[in-house]
Formats: sequence, structure tokens, C-alpha cells
Amino acid sequence: MDKPVPGRRHFLISTAVAAGAGVAGSLGAKVHDGELGAPPRTYKGGVPWTEGLADQPPGASGTDFKFFTPAERAFIEAAVSRLIPNDEVGPGAVEANVPFFLDRQLAGPFGRGDHYYLGGPWPKGAPEQGYQSRFSPAQMYRAAIAAIDKYAHANFNGADFAKLSDDDRDKLLKGMESGSIPLEDGVDAKTFFAMLLQNTKEGYFSDPIYGGNKDMAAWKMIGFPGAHYDYREWVTRHGEPVPFPPVSFKGRPGWNGES
Amino acid sequence: MATTLKPVDAVIVGFGWTGAIMAQQLADAGLEVLALERGPWRDTSTDFATGFAQDELRYMWRHHLFQNVSDDTLTVRNNTSQTALPMRHLGSFLLGTGVGSGGVHWNGQIWRFLPSDFLTRSHNEQRYGKKAVTDYDLTVQDWGVTYEELEPYYNQFDVLCGTSGKAGNLNGTIQPGGNPFEGARSAEYPTPPMPQTYGPTLFGKAATELGRHPFPHPTGNLSQPYVNNFGAQLGACTYCGFCEKFGCGNYSKASPQTTLLPYVMAKPNFTLRTESEVLKVELSPDRKHATGVTYVNSAGEEFFQPASIVILSSYILQNVRLLLLSGIGTPYDPQTGQGVVGKNYAYQTMSSVNVFFDDKLINPFIGAGALATVVDDFNGDNFDHSGLGFIGGAYIAGMITGGRPIEMIYTPQGTPAWGMAWKHAAAKNYLRSFSLSVHGSCMSHRGNYLDLDPTYRDIHGRPMLRMTFDFTDNEHKMSDYLTDRAAEIAKAMNPREIKLNRRVGSWSVVPYQTTHNTGGAIMGDSPASSVVNKYLQSWDVSNVFSMGAGAFPQNAGYNPTGTVAALAYYSAQAIVQQYLKHPGPLVQA
Repeated sequence: MDKPVPGRRHFLISTAVAAGAGVAGSLGAKVHDGELGAPPRTYKGGVPWTEGLADQPPGASGTDFKFFTPAERAFIEAAVSRLIPNDEVGPGAVEANVPFFLDRQLAGPFGRGDHYYLGGPWPKGAPEQGYQSRFSPAQMYRAAIAAIDKYAHANFNGADFAKLSDDDRDKLLKGMESGSIPLEDGVDAKTFFAMLLQNTKEGYFSDPIYGGNKDMAAWKMIGFPGAHYDYREWVTRHGEPVPFPPVSFKGRPGWNGES
Repeated sequence: MATTLKPVDAVIVGFGWTGAIMAQQLADAGLEVLALERGPWRDTSTDFATGFAQDELRYMWRHHLFQNVSDDTLTVRNNTSQTALPMRHLGSFLLGTGVGSGGVHWNGQIWRFLPSDFLTRSHNEQRYGKKAVTDYDLTVQDWGVTYEELEPYYNQFDVLCGTSGKAGNLNGTIQPGGNPFEGARSAEYPTPPMPQTYGPTLFGKAATELGRHPFPHPTGNLSQPYVNNFGAQLGACTYCGFCEKFGCGNYSKASPQTTLLPYVMAKPNFTLRTESEVLKVELSPDRKHATGVTYVNSAGEEFFQPASIVILSSYILQNVRLLLLSGIGTPYDPQTGQGVVGKNYAYQTMSSVNVFFDDKLINPFIGAGALATVVDDFNGDNFDHSGLGFIGGAYIAGMITGGRPIEMIYTPQGTPAWGMAWKHAAAKNYLRSFSLSVHGSCMSHRGNYLDLDPTYRDIHGRPMLRMTFDFTDNEHKMSDYLTDRAAEIAKAMNPREIKLNRRVGSWSVVPYQTTHNTGGAIMGDSPASSVVNKYLQSWDVSNVFSMGAGAFPQNAGYNPTGTVAALAYYSAQAIVQQYLKHPGPLVQA
């Protein structure tokens, strides 16, 4: 049951991920974005079908940081290591490669606010009205990191946030979470904290093709088997441990000759 | 400026569930039918194949299949004393777009409303007195259509989807294993119910011990393969746990793609144009007749499409906006209570109870969109509301739609949202917890409505829709009462602990609740109190029909799609059998 099926799955994924990673796709992978870029079309006479067309997941590539400056990277590592700290139970956010995930997200469409309405006017509004900043997520991170460091300098003997002790960082993060810390330059601390925490958990638990969840260690910690798609034989096996090790879109160690 | 195209018999605005149903019905009646869809073509193998469908980040959190709000959103506020501001990011509800629309990323929860749900005003007034309905400034109405009238059309949708379930009331006879409170069904479900996993099974046992009447959730995630009357083949659900917010890679979830499109798309008298957004319904000089629609495509080209019949089958928020922008019907005024378009906007009142075990492995990743054991003992008017101070109710479901870890890790009361304590709680509880869902009705209220925003405009320069909404005392009381009933069942499961997530405070656009927006283009028996008649035909412009949950005068404690589909079939039947022979109003005002 849980034997890998090298044929179909490997074929689909290797094509998808290779193209997503910017490697020359072997099988003539055609460009197909399921939400953007479609010219107007008229369909008549049947369901359209194009061989080799797949809306490939936009995985992350490379290892260098594209968005964060070295100082911003230090801030992010110092922050996410407190949001999800490392110990023997499971990886911390830094060990799970979340800073790299965040970097790629902010360098891409998410960072640009591709699914945010950012038009004006921009009154603050009530909390129930949600995000009301003019900033895209990338602009928000950049402005917030600078504003938090400014606050840290003023309140913690001139130190950058990244240089603070664990306790002081936690104190500052809690102040942001509750909204009790005022930040300058148009940054609402609570709004940024909510975004950072959400994005951190995204990087921790999303498929490793996006650059975080290194070695699927966050999935292993909680017992989530990942991108399986057939649990039928387990439906009525109530209370039994499901012995599948996690699998990602790229498979898992032991598949396809990988170690 | 707009290029005028060749006339068609019927133009369909929006190609989700109701658009596909109307396309099939009207094309089969021989009409030349054109559907205009603002989003792209989508299909299983190309857009959500099993090789990459289980992608929580991309689909749920990056909104890959949802409406992109960057160029068109709506504005929201809780009451008229506030200034409405744009919903800048999706949250509370996840709007669809593209072919299939929300029918692609729904959960497949297929419900019928109760017979008394269609008589919300008269039934409650009769049983509990006028005050029960008017105390909170509720503006609930009867639907103008009855359960008995809709029953054959509910059935038609079940047959289309192959719905898996167990009847509780077959032609008036109560059946063991089903929902004993449901309205009489004329037929058993096409396929048997899904086998239940551990969590829903524990819920069912505890509910039975308390004297409740649990039954398996009726579902469009099929328990076994099914071939429908159009030759479309659906496979058995594999319980992958990626259903709501995702497309099904396995042809197991009923959607326009898996039930209707192979048939409809092959009809020679049917045409679909994608990336084509309708801006306005055009009217004759006397404003009593629609001449067609104006639309713009993704290349920026504008067209006038003449049509004899205009079917508005976009989502309710778009349908209501199109009515307002086109000047069809009188806009509702919350000060005077006059006017109808935008009136009685309502939602769904959601709460939940999390259950944590030490000794039981729940394995929540084994899930499906409608995998649940449900009790309906406290829904609608299935129980005596005397002295409770509210009308309406909810179903309570031990439900496991999946165990997607970014969204669905439950931690006990008092656990911080981050830090080592959060991580340890996540690691400890993920496999051993699940959630009871309390899916509550939402009555309509004088102050809850939709109109056009005075400030914000979309990319086409049109005013955005403005939503003014908050939960009322009636809903808070109902939800508290129902959450307590859910907690009783949760405790009877003997868990280590439970956590109540009550519905508190004002409605917020931020956390996801449910994409069950209703009202604004409501149906009824008089043009003074409704936008459309029982056949979803505009009282003002008789060749315009407005589909969808916008027709609900208030929302019941069930998911809307079953009723939305039944109303579409009912409307289609009236168009084909009556309207085409004698175009004009199907109900005399």
C-alpha cells in the first residue's frame, strides 16, 4: 500500500518541480498559471485539453537570500527563533529554514501583495475591518524591521533586536502581539506581528518545495504524513498509528534512489 | 465603444454551480446559450492534479483558486456609524472565481433546509408569537416557496452529484440511521454514506448516549464510484484531507467539472467565454426589459452581448452589485426599511468545541470535506424554543475535513500562540484532538444590508459593494445555547479536556468563518418585500433571473449549496416550461 509508485507520481512531480525551480523542464512543460495571465478564450464543442499542461507549484530555488539584507536576516532569525524555538521535541523555525522561506515569499508575488487590495484612501479602521495598511507584505516587513530596531535602540541600551537576550526579545514580541508597543513610520506592531507569526507557521509547516520545513521535520514532530492522497484502508482502523513517514511533493528519502 | 456581438437566447453571467446547471438546462431546451466567466478555465488534471493538489500554502494561504481581491474587493463595516473600508485580504469568506468557482473548492456538504426554514416568519410567529420574530428588529420573511415544491429539485441535485448519505425520512417514514428531523425525501441517497473515522465515531457514540440522533453527514465526497445521468464518472473519495479550499485531484468531489461540464461543453448550442467580466446588465428605455450585458475581457476589449434572457449566476456579492449597478429594483434603505435590493444580507453563525484526548489517536489527516457525524436535534425549529429568547439553531458535527497543519492544529485553553509552550502543545495534541463544529443559522436584521460604496472603486471604475453586517442578540443567544449543547457531547466523549470557541463580539472580516453569504437579492411573494419571485425572476425586469444564496431571505443552520442548486433547477424548470412559451412575469405582482 505504502510502496512508492515511481511511475505517475514521480513523473508529475519531477516535471512540476523542475520547471518550478527554473531548471529546464524535460518534458516540454508548458507555461500555465491557474490564476493569472490567461488571454480571453472562447470554448465551444468540448472540454479543452492540452498535453503536458500543469499548474505547477512555484517552488523556491537557490540558497542565497534575495530579499532580506544581512541586518534584516539577523532580525528575522532572532525573531522566528523565539516564535518557534528549537529543542529535542522538534526543530525551531531557524532549524526548519523558515528565514529562507520568508525571504523567497517576500521576494515573490506574496511580497508584492499580489492578493492584497492596496488602493486608497487608507484610514486605520476598526480591528474587525482587518488589514488596512498601504504597505504590501514586503514593504511591511522592511518598514517594521527598521521600526522595531529603532524601538529596541531607544529602549534596550542602543541594541539591535537581534542582539537582545531571549527574555528581552520575548518581551518585545509580546508587546507587539498585544499592541502595547508603539512603532514609528506608519507600522502597526500588532498587524506586523500577526503577519510574521502566520508566515512563520506557514514556513514551518508548508511543503518543503517552498524552502521551509527542512527535512519535513515539523511534519515528523506532529505526525502529519504530508502529501499522501489515499488513506482509505485506514478509515475504519480506529486509533491505530498510521505508519507512513512524511512525503513531500518531491517524494522523500529512499524514493527514486535518493537518500 | 463596446463592440456589439451576435445575439444569443440566453447569456449566463458567471460559470460556477448555478451557471453550469442553467447552461445544461437551457441548452437542453434548445436555446443558444453563452456563458461569460470572469476567471480562467480550470480542470482537474491541469489545475489540481493529485501530484500537487495537497498544497496548503498555495491554495489556502496564497488564495490560488480564490478571487484575487487586488483589483476588485468589497468594503465592510459592522454598522452605519462606521466608515466601510476595503477587505484588503481574504479572510472571513473565500470568494471563488474561474470556471467551477466555489464549486471547485467547496467541501461538498450537501444539505436540504427544513420545511419550517422556508416559513421562518409565519412558522415562528405561529408557534412563539409575534414578539419572538420582531424583538430584535429581525426582518425575517417566508421564502415564497416551500420545501415540498423544492423537493424534486433537491433530489435532482443529489442524482447529479451522486450524494452519499442515508435518508432519515423517506416519503414520511422515519428511517434508522438517517436524520429523523429532515423533510420527507422522495428517494434514498444515490450512494451510501461515507464510513466514519475515529473522531466522528466517538462523537456519534457520545451523542447517542445523551439521547441525540446522530447520522452521517450527506456528502458530495463520494463513498463509492458513481456515474451520473450525463455519463460523468466520479471516483471514491480517498480521504486525503484537502477538500475545502482545494480542488479535488481524484474526481471524488462533486463539482461542475466532475458532474456537468463534459456534457455541457460538448453541446453545439453552448459557448463559454473566459476572462470576460460582465460590468452591467443593459436595459430597454422603459427599464422593464434587459437587452443584454456589457462585458470586458482580460485584453481590455469591451463588448455588448445582446440576449433574450439574462441569468445572473455569479456569487451573491457580485449578483447584488450587478443589480445595483444596472438599476434593477429599488435599493434598500435601512433608515426607512423601504426598497429591496441589498436587503436582508445574512451569513452563518459559527462556533466550535475542540476535544483533546490522551489515550486516543484521532489521526485528523484522514479527512474529507463532509466527513462528519452530525446531530440535528437543535437545528431550525427541531426543538422547543419557548423561553430561550431566540429563533433558529445549528447542526453540531463531529467533523474532520483534514489535519492541515498551518490551519488546523488545536491547542488547549491557555496555550500561547507561539514559543516553546505552543510548539510542545502542537506536538502533543495534533494527532489526539479534533473539533466539533456548530453550524448556526443567521437571521436577517434591519441593519444588515448591501449597497454600493461611496468611496472605493474597482479596476473598472465601478463602485465596490459595501457590506454592513454584525451578529445580533438573537444570533449570540442561539450560538451560546448551541455551543453548550456541543460541549455536552464533547464531555460525554471523556476527553482529557475541551476548549470552547464561542461566537463572541462583532463580526470580523479577519478570521475564516465560512463562505456562506446570503441575501440581498431575496425571493418572496411580493415586489414590495423581495427582489425576485419564487422562480428567481426579477419583479422589475422579467427577463433577468438571479440565482444563488442571494435569494435566501435569511440563512438556515445548514450549508447553502443544496438549496442553491435546488432553486436553480426550480427556476430553470419554470423558464423552460412556462417562460419560453409566454415570456413575461411568471408571477403577477
